[in-house]
Amino acid sequence: MNAPAAFDRPRHTADAPAPGVHVGRPLPRPNAKRLLAGRGAYVTDLKLPRMLHAAFLRSPFAHARITRIDVEAARAAPGVALVATGEDLARLCAPWVGTLDHFKGMKSPPQMPLPLDRVTWCGQAVVAIVAESRAAAEDAAELVEVDYEELPVLADLDTALAADAPRIAPDFSDNICFRSVVETGDVDAVFASAAHVVDAQMTFGRHTGVTLEPRALIADYDASEHSLTVHHGTQTPFQFQDLYARHYGIPESRVRVIAPDVGGSFGVKLHVYNEDMAVIGLSMLAGRPVKFVADRLEAFVSDIHARDHRVKARAALDADGRLLAIQAEDETGIGSFSTYPRTSAVEGNQVIRLIGAPYRMEAYRGDLKVVFQNKTQTSQYRAVGHPIACAVTEHLMDRAAARIGLDPFAIRARNLIPDDAYPCESATGYKFEKLSHEGCLAKLRTLMDYDRLRADQAALRPRGIHRGIGIAAFVEITNPSPAFYGIGGARISAQDGAVVKITPSGEVRCLISVTEQGQGTETIIGQIVADYLGVSRDIVRVITGDTQVTPHGGATWACRGAGIGGETALQAAKKLKANVLAVASAILQARPEALDLVDGQVVDKAGGAVRISLAEVARITYFRSDTLPPGTDAQLTVAHHYAPRGYPFAFTNGVHGCHVEVDAETGLVKILKHFVVEDCGRVINPLLVEEQVRGGVVQGLGAAFFEECRYSDTGQLVNGSLADYLVPMSCEMPDIVIDHMETPTRDTELGAKGCGEAGTAAASAAALNAVNDALAPFDALLTQIPMTPARILRALGTF
Amino acid sequence: MNMMASGLVPLNLTVNGAPVGRMVAPRTTLADFLRTELELTATHVGCEMGACGACLVLLDGAPVHSCLVFAVQLEGAQVETVEGLVARGAIAGLQSAFHERNALQCGFCTPGMLVNAHALLERGGVPDRAEIRDALSGNYCRCTGYEAIVDAIEAAARAAQGSGR
Ligand code: FES
Ligand code: FES
Repeated sequence: MNAPAAFDRPRHTADAPAPGVHVGRPLPRPNAKRLLAGRGAYVTDLKLPRMLHAAFLRSPFAHARITRIDVEAARAAPGVALVATGEDLARLCAPWVGTLDHFKGMKSPPQMPLPLDRVTWCGQAVVAIVAESRAAAEDAAELVEVDYEELPVLADLDTALAADAPRIAPDFSDNICFRSVVETGDVDAVFASAAHVVDAQMTFGRHTGVTLEPRALIADYDASEHSLTVHHGTQTPFQFQDLYARHYGIPESRVRVIAPDVGGSFGVKLHVYNEDMAVIGLSMLAGRPVKFVADRLEAFVSDIHARDHRVKARAALDADGRLLAIQAEDETGIGSFSTYPRTSAVEGNQVIRLIGAPYRMEAYRGDLKVVFQNKTQTSQYRAVGHPIACAVTEHLMDRAAARIGLDPFAIRARNLIPDDAYPCESATGYKFEKLSHEGCLAKLRTLMDYDRLRADQAALRPRGIHRGIGIAAFVEITNPSPAFYGIGGARISAQDGAVVKITPSGEVRCLISVTEQGQGTETIIGQIVADYLGVSRDIVRVITGDTQVTPHGGATWACRGAGIGGETALQAAKKLKANVLAVASAILQARPEALDLVDGQVVDKAGGAVRISLAEVARITYFRSDTLPPGTDAQLTVAHHYAPRGYPFAFTNGVHGCHVEVDAETGLVKILKHFVVEDCGRVINPLLVEEQVRGGVVQGLGAAFFEECRYSDTGQLVNGSLADYLVPMSCEMPDIVIDHMETPTRDTELGAKGCGEAGTAAASAAALNAVNDALAPFDALLTQIPMTPARILRALGTF
Repeated sequence: MNMMASGLVPLNLTVNGAPVGRMVAPRTTLADFLRTELELTATHVGCEMGACGACLVLLDGAPVHSCLVFAVQLEGAQVETVEGLVARGAIAGLQSAFHERNALQCGFCTPGMLVNAHALLERGGVPDRAEIRDALSGNYCRCTGYEAIVDAIEAAARAAQGSGR
């Protein structure tokens, strides 16, 4: 008999870990080899037969009435297949509104793929041109004539909030998308009687995701079957399957979304974009596949932006430095509409609920205003709301420490929720199962060698070298339950599904709804299946990112891949193992309880003697079922779905330390080192966790020092290119030292929580505190990020 | 397309060791030529303005931004892409070091990183971390924290040194 082919076997099987020990090991990612061989298949790389290319003519104004569109010359241009306006697509596509029912009073204007009579941000797509090549489409776009009548522009928060401001939508009574207040305890009374009150007004710039692969999709509508296939660079294929089906009236079962390799996502690629929605309609109109890849300029003007908050906050403390209360008002600008289907209110909502989260206090008030402007929409991007909440909280803690004369570690140690206080609830109502702030803080102190850094700082000051140390504790929301979006009426799944099967050769295939964007989903799912099924990792093949193939599920957002996807895989693997042992017991005339599956062999549980190989069980099941005893239920494929129950979220926690050196003459900051201690529960693969955290830290440091979407008074984005918008590069980034605590959640058997936002959540807060620490002798204070050299010099009074 | 039919220019060059002859539009960049004409899609495009490094290829042995070069400028030139480097085993050490260290996440920046790292290691010796970071100053990566990439390049340099290269 032929042996099973060893397609996936790594070359050095000798040092491959024994089964049952994959979880917790720093195993490299099998699928990374393909990317390293230049064999990635990103949507930008794909080409379908007879495929056309779309380009969009975009609005040069932030707010204007469209008075005339003339597309005749463009239609006649060489290579052009079709030109579509808002009206053409409105006939096919039902409009959408970015609100959630549980956000009471929330409003947003309805959206169409392309506007009918008014543009509301600069760079908004107005006319679509579809041609034989992208170049031909762009050539033809230049021949389209659009007449505009400019309208007043809501360029900043104050203009938008003014009583007499023009309205973002004609029928709105004001420009407020959503308002919310969270209140616990008697805030005013606590502030009135507190020994110390510190306050801050903080500003957080707009920045954006800058995935290295821009947004890309190929829509292929087939009229003969009334079916649609979309190759889409997205993290949430099922969400888009549902949206394309509902808005274009195609049965869901005939919509297939395939998300192959995705070149970065970070939340950018799970929102509905006008152009993306348009491309579906363009393929219906053209009767051919249509590809759209945003170029970098288009990415800057049309990808979601993030943050853009102005926060006024104060903290009340007793004479010993015990935190009593925090009060915060967050105003956040979101652009001209709320994104769909997740809305642009989630970030602000999380800001007011995460402020103060690591600390004990008796009273809290958070007041949120989500405000429309004539700008690109903001929405969920990595660590939604966390960096703002964390920076506000940790800035207040440092201010309080300075006021009271406490060391930054001391004030935190005094106020963090103690490790023996769980389960407990935050002042804003989050239920914490078990966190490890004290343990993390103590570990960070050692990891940083804090006392030495302080001694060095003091020794270097007289020589004009100004170093600073910043600390920031955080709580990260992970493993969201259906209470997150489902309750608000959005068809976004909180459950995930896995199908695991033994192939006829005795190998394992796992089809799972969580998706891969490079963070290592496929690797960890493979590790989990291998361990809980009882096979070695190298015979497990994990398949993700295709709605036609994998079971339905939420996929990847809000750090749920390991915690929810992993648990789904684990339970599926256990089910399958039980089935394998049942079949084996029928073959062997043994009791299933007396057998086990280890390293692909069915063995006696007692003694471990090999009875039959998994490959042999599979061969008999698939090809010689006639030899099985009558009535044997030979199911070597199982499906399992899992949604979180118990706590609404599993919170990851941790603390960051940042060490910087500020040049007081130039305002330039050198980030010397960054430290993170985090607790994401069960660590499935430390290699991947640490790289996720490092990548997250770098995105947080980008926000802290470099990244800002800058607008003119007329609402023009003035730095929409990679030459003008600064992103962190290797020379500016420090080495990042990481350590872990492990407090598994008991809500799942796996015990894993998320770690993807842990880096971003607190990095900019720690950096802000570090810069302020460095500038302390100058009496200078920064309360705005990014901390550009000009802003640092302004704080120093020298610019 | 047919619009450019009259404006096409003949081009003959060597790509990954094999002769290539095509008619190309003068405005076609080398990146587009490689990706669409030759279907060598390992060369990625992230900015089209020489800022991100995703499109680096070797031109007569030196790394260049293929988004900044027009294909028609390359008559008689030697171009090598990641596909070529992989095929002749020139970056096997880097590939395995990147894999071991998980020096990539989405992998979109990775071909450009590999081309640049290969050129750095071709100079010989083991560059220090600051030198590696400096050499990568034109390669943007949004997913990793760069540190793993620096580690991997350092490890590959040491391994190459050890094997007597
Ligand atoms: S695409 Fe050439 S450097 Fe970015
Ligand atoms: S791995 Fe995604 S950009 Fe570098």
